[in-house]
Amino acid sequence: MGETIKLIGEIFLLIGSFSLMTAAVGLLRMPDVYNRVQTGTKASTLGALMSFVGLAMMSFDHWQETNWVGRFLVLVIFILLTNPVSSHVLMRAAYAMKIPLSKLTSVDKLKEDINNKVLEEPKDE
Amino acid sequence: MKFKNIFVAFLVILLGWMLLTWSLELQSILLGVGISAVLSLLLCGSCTLFNEINLTPKAFAYSFWYLIVFLIELVKANIDVTRRVLSPSMPINPGIVKVETTLKSKMARLILANSITLTPGTFTIEINDDALYVHWIDVESDDVEGATKAIVSKFEKLLEVMYG
Repeated sequence: MGETIKLIGEIFLLIGSFSLMTAAVGLLRMPDVYNRVQTGTKASTLGALMSFVGLAMMSFDHWQETNWVGRFLVLVIFILLTNPVSSHVLMRAAYAMKIPLSKLTSVDKLKEDINNKVLEEPKDE
Repeated sequence: MKFKNIFVAFLVILLGWMLLTWSLELQSILLGVGISAVLSLLLCGSCTLFNEINLTPKAFAYSFWYLIVFLIELVKANIDVTRRVLSPSMPINPGIVKVETTLKSKMARLILANSITLTPGTFTIEINDDALYVHWIDVESDDVEGATKAIVSKFEKLLEVMYG
């Protein structure tokens, strides 16, 4: 039983590492900062999440003596709550600094609404 | 209303305590209850963070269901990202679209924005009144109704029950 859980944990860890690698490749390949943040956030969130779940499973044998399982669960919750927020801030700051969108971009409703005075321009604070 | 805020904060802090200490001894739990009570009274005596949360069994069931829907979407998002990043032609068609939400509660909007960010191909940039501006890696429809239906509606139904 313990060995099986450990094996599943190792597979989770492998998937997590692969996901983190995808994030790195995405940072290199994507055409502009918005797409880079986008791929980076998603892949790194699931990558970190999978790694922690895998590590929690690998330490499951000794769950009565050590409290790694609970600590990893707390880490997972914090990553799920905070990772998207920090990326929102990065993305919004990039837009406020007027970093250009890539040529592939087909539509920009935010620009239209700023031009139509529906909302104020985001300030670079 | 004030009592509900303190109560929810108490539960959250107690959950954190239980996870970090990871023991079910009576002593440790009693200490945790005491510390959580003091902390929630100190920190959340006048906060409005959990005002709109519904404390009914139905809302709890929907929260659980929401978590499952969200995790499935997160895995789908990663398969989607992997496909786009690793395919040689890189099939992307990015753009910023506008969607509208009917949610009024601040907390529900925070969860909605975070969920949009972690679901396939979409990323919240800016929020203004009822409008969210979403960066979409593969724009399927650039009008407000179509984008709202594709991005927001699956979470909104559940969040409306959780935050009335």
